[in-house]
Amino acid sequence: MTKTQNMEALGADFAGIDVPNIVTVSIRINGKVVTRAVPSRMLLVHFIREEAGLTGTHVGCDSSSCGVCTVLLDGSTPVKSCTMFAVMAHGRDVKTVESLAVGGTLHPVQQAFWDQHGLQCGYCTPGMMMTALALLERNPNPSEHDIREGLSGNLCRCTGYNNIVKAVQQAAGAMSASSAADPSAADD
Amino acid sequence: MFPASFEYVRAHSPDEAFDALQKHGYDGRVLAGGQSLIPAMRYRLARPAVLVDINPISELSYLKEEDGFLRIGATTRDAALEFAPWVRERYSLITSVSAVVADPIVRHMGTVVGSVCHNDPAGDWTATALAARGVVVIRGKEGLREVPIDEFLVDSYTTAVEEGEMALELKIPIPDARTQGSYQKIERKVGDYATCAAAVQLSLNEDGTIRQAGIAITAAGPIAMRVAAAEAMLIGQRPTLELLRAASEEAPKIATPNADQRGSAEYKKDMTRVLVGRGLKQALERLGAVSA
Repeated sequence: MTKTQNMEALGADFAGIDVPNIVTVSIRINGKVVTRAVPSRMLLVHFIREEAGLTGTHVGCDSSSCGVCTVLLDGSTPVKSCTMFAVMAHGRDVKTVESLAVGGTLHPVQQAFWDQHGLQCGYCTPGMMMTALALLERNPNPSEHDIREGLSGNLCRCTGYNNIVKAVQQAAGAMSASSAADPSAADD
Repeated sequence: MFPASFEYVRAHSPDEAFDALQKHGYDGRVLAGGQSLIPAMRYRLARPAVLVDINPISELSYLKEEDGFLRIGATTRDAALEFAPWVRERYSLITSVSAVVADPIVRHMGTVVGSVCHNDPAGDWTATALAARGVVVIRGKEGLREVPIDEFLVDSYTTAVEEGEMALELKIPIPDARTQGSYQKIERKVGDYATCAAAVQLSLNEDGTIRQAGIAITAAGPIAMRVAAAEAMLIGQRPTLELLRAASEEAPKIATPNADQRGSAEYKKDMTRVLVGRGLKQALERLGAVSA
């Protein structure tokens, strides 16, 4: 029995007490449409992790403070997936950290985190990278101040932001160099 | 924690949303950005039976100038104000607020109108709307009505929006060339609620005297408050640092902050004075009307 069927059964057993309202949700996650009947109260982060099976998006503070659950909505809008119901993303496009590497080749943002040791314990890394990517798409040449401000909704409990900032600076350089070399890359 | 179960209604037009709210009455609640509502539901501080999701209503997502007002639609995100170059150029108060609401990611989902309707005692946009003399457009049974922000903000988490009604837009008067503002906020870290904050907007006459003053404080009582005595003291006067100092002394007289982990009541009271003073000074500097 899947988790969702289980919840429907629970709803029938406890009818009238706390019946989960079931909604059908279709979300394009990393290019692939995932359709499930889920409780309307299911948060997007749980849909991504438990229904789509993509566990790169983490659950941290559970209160929209830490940013480890950050994903990109409809292209490059960063959102905290713990503060959004899955049903709110119905019919929309979500990108998680799993979308970054292509064919085993790390995305410039991932490579930069690796090179600059921006990873540390790694827990905040997926959210940091998704936020960094959104920041760089809006501002390809950010100052250190822009980077620190842009990442201020993502907490690192290793408290080592310097390497993360260096990683975003390296990624900015790599991404603008590659889009200069290949103009079509910017349209991807 | 998971929120309690609720019935989800997706609205595609203001009519659909309004009908659903009428149908469900007290049980119904508007879901806009959800950046305050969803955490409140997760902590079970809020337990609405029905959520009416207005996010799909594209016609409520707008930011435009019309009939002398900046009009902000019900689903317009904080980030839309933050990134609009024309807003940055001409709305100094709004620009200094939109850069410090919650954190940069939350601002991509959070809405200005939703924040005003939530009416958190520490809200940034409530104080801003007071200082800028905003007006909220509400759709009720009898059609549209416009409520000045002073009447709109009733008490903590309570506004003039009645059961079955919905707020459609916030209107801010377009500032003229001799109007500038400033938002001063103390927070422990990015994304935290304000320890205390002040919104200030000043307009000058051609002769350099003060034509209009908007001064409000937030996180300093059960609701964001207009410091009316300070406003009255400034009108018609030529701005001097002594006058600004005297006006800022009025803020602690009305502030009734609670002591919490952000500071003692005494500290917060004194900060209302400091922040109003800083805001007035920065607004005047932006007007080129006072030298440091």
